[in-house]
Amino acid sequence: MREIYLDNSATTMVCPQAAQKALKMMTENYGNPSSLHSKGFEAQKELEAARSAAAEILNAEPSEIIFTSGGTESNNTAVFGAAEALSRRGNKIVTTAFEHSSVIEAVQRLESRGFEAVYLKPDKNGTVSREAIEEAVDKNTVLVSIMAVNNETGAMLPIEAVRRIIDRAGSPALFHVDAVQAFGKIPLRPKKLGIDLLSASSHKIHGPKGAGILYIRRGARIVPLHYGGEQEKKIRPGTEPIPLICAMGEAIKSLPDMKTELEDMKKLNAYCRSRLSEIENVHINSDESCLPYIINFSVRGIRSETMLHYLAEKGIFVSSGSACAKGKKSHVLEAMELDAALADSALRVSFSRYNTREDIDELIKELVNADNTLARSK
Amino acid sequence: MKEILLIKLGEIVLKGLNRKNFEDTLLRTLRRRLAKIGSFQVKASQSTITVKPMDDDIDMDDAVLCVSRVFGIAAFARACKAEKDLEKIKEQAGEYLRETLEDAKTFKVESKRSDKKFPYTSPEISAEVGGYLLEKFPHLTVDVHDPDVIVTVEIRDFAAYIRAGLIRGAGGIPVGTGGKACVLISGGIDSPVAAYTMAKRGLELMAVHFASPPYTSERAEEKVVELLTRVAKYSGRMKMYTVPFTKIQEQIREKCNEDYFTIIMRRFMMEIAQRLAADKGAQALITGESLGQVASQTIGAIACTDAVCRMPVFRPLLGMDKEEIIEISRKIDTFEVSIQPFEDCCTVFTPKHPRTKPMLENVIAEENKIDSLPLIEEAVQNVKVRDIV
Repeated sequence: MREIYLDNSATTMVCPQAAQKALKMMTENYGNPSSLHSKGFEAQKELEAARSAAAEILNAEPSEIIFTSGGTESNNTAVFGAAEALSRRGNKIVTTAFEHSSVIEAVQRLESRGFEAVYLKPDKNGTVSREAIEEAVDKNTVLVSIMAVNNETGAMLPIEAVRRIIDRAGSPALFHVDAVQAFGKIPLRPKKLGIDLLSASSHKIHGPKGAGILYIRRGARIVPLHYGGEQEKKIRPGTEPIPLICAMGEAIKSLPDMKTELEDMKKLNAYCRSRLSEIENVHINSDESCLPYIINFSVRGIRSETMLHYLAEKGIFVSSGSACAKGKKSHVLEAMELDAALADSALRVSFSRYNTREDIDELIKELVNADNTLARSK
Repeated sequence: MKEILLIKLGEIVLKGLNRKNFEDTLLRTLRRRLAKIGSFQVKASQSTITVKPMDDDIDMDDAVLCVSRVFGIAAFARACKAEKDLEKIKEQAGEYLRETLEDAKTFKVESKRSDKKFPYTSPEISAEVGGYLLEKFPHLTVDVHDPDVIVTVEIRDFAAYIRAGLIRGAGGIPVGTGGKACVLISGGIDSPVAAYTMAKRGLELMAVHFASPPYTSERAEEKVVELLTRVAKYSGRMKMYTVPFTKIQEQIREKCNEDYFTIIMRRFMMEIAQRLAADKGAQALITGESLGQVASQTIGAIACTDAVCRMPVFRPLLGMDKEEIIEISRKIDTFEVSIQPFEDCCTVFTPKHPRTKPMLENVIAEENKIDSLPLIEEAVQNVKVRDIV
């Protein structure tokens, strides 16, 4: 049976270049970059090459790139680190109600330590308006954390408007962007957008799991979460997982030209949408303005988990809600106030450069089969 | 100095003529379970079972955990064996109980002399040993009413034993002495607790699980395997039978009135479970129902479910509150597994307005819209078996 992997927002296949790099860093260049001898220096050069690759794609300085264990750690480090660094200048945090849980739960933790939080609710398109952000940010705000692209619907948020809003409000806030779903897919220029902190993850762009990036604008100061060494400018001490980081570097270098790929994705997305709308019971939850890599839709009357298992039996892998939440009700769709019956049957397909129209044809074929044969809730 | 375990028999000693049978089963169970940890000698004499490690690198903490999960044991103790010589007993007590006594402020010594040929009486032994310990650990004082530590010296036929304090056993009666029963297990919080509770009363278990792919997933089934593996730490090994249930659920969905979905489904489950149970020599069914917890667990619903049962159905949780059930599930370590959110066959197709007071004749009329027998036979034939150890 051919495998059709349409869950690339959950994780991706590691590309061959990255896998080979990891192997080489494990078996040949296995030195500790902190070691003074040549074996260590060799590893350090590789580490810095990965850093340069990450910096280049963000149009940033290599010194602004910190390697972490992934999106969750980057988000946690940014949220806690910024709030603590600015805690004398205010105690308000502005974020959205549909951030990834590694932002939401971190902010909730800060609330229990006395911070005040505003969770902006998404509109029916799954995004928030500039006005809503403007209304929430004030002088007392020390952190604004807004994701670039929502992981469940692909909705794009107006991150380009935030810096000006913060400055106009006279707020000292640091601006954090969770860019895990956007990194490598749309051009991100933190310097230009006035972003202070930005999180990205390796395994969403065909790199290995266990590595991530935290961009920290030069001059922005955060308080570290971890202590015990000089590595990663003391923000993330501990011996660097060189195989994972260098493989991530290789995955970044292997990314196709972003503009061309985005155009290809738009076509694939439009094709998928038009095929989906052939099925009468399908309702597409993602607005057309969403990032073309993600389509969220519901097959009325068939529970997400049922359809997911049905498709998996046919070798087609999709997601129900967000994979981090396994079966739990989606807080994103809930925040969008999607009809309960639709939320109950929501599925997410997410593409990568390895997907083709044939994959979508196969998906549609099986969705139709399922729609005709599966017993549904009445 | 080798540490051993002394096990006091629980309710077993009350069981007149059956006592031998109970004791033998308990010994067999202990031997089998302890064998997973290492080599032990397990012997019974004078209403006490002694467990002696035969291997130097055995960790007795593992043995204690293992024994604390065997039903039929009211209490047991870690003890050290000494020669039947008062001087040796004193020395051994001082050495063996050093850490315990260093941490205590008050203590007393109790003695039991079942070998009446031993030249000292019980009070004399207590006084001698107590005096020695006071001298050796001068920070201690004697408190006969509420001591931190009770040091017990037992003089038996072949040796003396020294111990401090008793460890609570799992209680109940040895698994297998009460026959065999079949638990219907879904993956929720209740059914593993029900299985544990009935195993405690001496029942050997077998388990039946209903799987409805693609409405339920492999992970839901793996979750049940994990739950049963945890129950098996108490109940001992069992077989798990997974019944393919998709067709039946789809038929009910298609042909019957939605309001009766759950009750009809449960009647099918009972029918299939009792066929499997009878075939494998089980004499009763076990369910995790708690009265009034959900619509299918009202008196009326249970009456309709029971109408298909030809063997007794044990519902040990019937009178318990959810909180009480959760407390047990935490104790036996199944709670965290139970709350993993995977669909099980009871949660797909839940009707919006289930009948809480269904009439049996209506249920049967609805059920008759399905040609049940061939479906049941097909399900029973295609059952998948696994060993839970």
